[in-house]
Amino acid sequence: MLEHALKGNKKYWGWLLFLAIIILIGFYFYIKQFNYGLGITGMSRSVSWGLYIAQFTFIVGVAASAVMVVLPYYLHNYKEFSKVTILGEFLAIASVVMCIMFVTVDLGQPFRVANIFLHPTFHSLMFWDVLALSGYLVLNVIITRVTLGAEHKSIKPPKWIRPVIIISIPWAISIHTVTAFLISGLAGRPFWLTAIMAPRFLASAFSAGPALLVVFCLIVKRFTKFDPGNEALKKLGLIITYAMCVNVFFILMEFFTTFYSGIPGDVSHMQYLYFGIDGSTRLVPWMWTSALLVLISLTLLIIPKTRKNHKILFVTCLMVFVSIWLEKGLGLIITGFIPNPFGKVVQYWPTIPETFISVGIWAFGFFLITIFYKIALSVRKEIEI
Amino acid sequence: MDKSRRNFLKIAGIAALGVTADKFVDVHAQDTANKVIKKTIGSGKETVKAKVDRKERLAMVVDLRKCVSQKGCTKCIDACNKTHNIPDFGESKDEIKWIWKEPYENAFLDHENFYLTDEFKNKKVPLFCNNCDNPPCVEVCPTQATFKREDGIVMMDWHRCIGCRYCMAACPYGSRSFNWRDPRPFIKDVNPDFPTRMRGVVEKCIFCEERLAEGLPPACVEACTEKALVFGNLDDPESEVRKLLKDNFSIRRKPGLGTNPEVYYLV
Repeated sequence: MLEHALKGNKKYWGWLLFLAIIILIGFYFYIKQFNYGLGITGMSRSVSWGLYIAQFTFIVGVAASAVMVVLPYYLHNYKEFSKVTILGEFLAIASVVMCIMFVTVDLGQPFRVANIFLHPTFHSLMFWDVLALSGYLVLNVIITRVTLGAEHKSIKPPKWIRPVIIISIPWAISIHTVTAFLISGLAGRPFWLTAIMAPRFLASAFSAGPALLVVFCLIVKRFTKFDPGNEALKKLGLIITYAMCVNVFFILMEFFTTFYSGIPGDVSHMQYLYFGIDGSTRLVPWMWTSALLVLISLTLLIIPKTRKNHKILFVTCLMVFVSIWLEKGLGLIITGFIPNPFGKVVQYWPTIPETFISVGIWAFGFFLITIFYKIALSVRKEIEI
Repeated sequence: MDKSRRNFLKIAGIAALGVTADKFVDVHAQDTANKVIKKTIGSGKETVKAKVDRKERLAMVVDLRKCVSQKGCTKCIDACNKTHNIPDFGESKDEIKWIWKEPYENAFLDHENFYLTDEFKNKKVPLFCNNCDNPPCVEVCPTQATFKREDGIVMMDWHRCIGCRYCMAACPYGSRSFNWRDPRPFIKDVNPDFPTRMRGVVEKCIFCEERLAEGLPPACVEACTEKALVFGNLDDPESEVRKLLKDNFSIRRKPGLGTNPEVYYLV
């Protein structure tokens, strides 16, 4: 089955080569970071988590792409998702791998990572997050391997795989919940200290994950004979619409509580993020870009005519993805540290090495997805043609 | 070994005297109340529930009335930096600090008051790790590289720390520093009696536990010529820190968060 990844046309190899070059550039900068220390990044004593952890929290959300297709397909027997389900699961695998890589590059002493397992600490959410993520990875690897393997041999998948698939559904919910708990349980960081952090993670994940899945489906459809099916795309569009509405609603709720209660420590973070403090406005334009993209994409999603048009849906999904990336992959983590515990604004911006390392990990994720999709589609073509 | 024997003797004593253990519990020792230790004594059928009192709770009292840091005094900071091989990078991005000064308004952010006395408006407050009794950093650390000792000191194991900086995110006091780069070339005079750190680990004030072990007071306390820093055992009613807190009004940083900080400021 895996041999399908080794056969392909020029476009396939060209794309992989392109990604490989980006990965190598990222790796080069990681070696530099490894030798110099994390001081090579824009992080500081005040802003001690930056782009890496922000990417991690965002991509955990993308891994949700799987559950939004797995749940209707396996639990509700929604047959229209038969083609996209495997793509969702593969996207989840690639996402979790990226998550693990982002956490690893953020470690000051990566060679000591085994200490998390050598000294398991149950009161640390980090321990549970590692457990949840690796468990989700293992589940999805087993599920894709077994279901696709069965398809490859034109036989029915074994019965025992069904309970494994069913377990993967609440497990997917757990990875967002635990990752949200990672930051929402810290008394000293009011920006994150909100009970709707986990619901927010779920809502944003259920929009960004399927949005990326739609983008991938439409790209794959253009380059291959693969067709996810009009009904599947319509349903995914609807899922994204609902999730996006809930996501925006949650963010507005945060705005209300923060600004109406007016507690200075809480207001200051939100103020920095959306309006800036004393001329420190580094994130402001990005956040308003995000808000604008939300507004446009939500409008295009809510109007049935634009939602059902594939070309428009493609652009809309890109906008959804970028807007949530800006909100979660840029704003959420960094702003938790600004202003710092002394009320002082120390700004953060990723450095060039830090950016290239991050882009390299993204490229690695795309590399994996390309290979996975190639395998999945090759297996399918064998049957269909 | 020694500890468990002492605990055992204490419990045995309590059982023999037949007194309620509550009498032994220090008023301050809030968390002691939660430490209910079950021990089986004698025949093995009789279970004695005893609340074991803490022997030590180390704490710092800073007399801001005596402290002259607003006049540019940095004696405590200098002594600490020298004792603990703290590097000087000459810039703030990578900086490492165990003791430092902040204006009163920044140190006590939630004590906002526009009508502070002029003295406090200009006051610089020396800040330490609060060595909290309920430390959030210890709670979040995934490897127990940071942990609380029986005497209350929140310690760091620099050989175990993986550098995830979760503790820095959890600390409400900004007390922790990370070695963003190799600190060794930036240490002016290396003190051979204290370890230097490598890049990629977190560090903070540990109440000079290495000096306490030799019966010496913390370096900052020793260096303060104004006698503004007093260090001692809160669980000893006769200690200087207890007497100071009994006779003077004191405040702590962000007590509302439930961390129970153990650095007290007399104002």
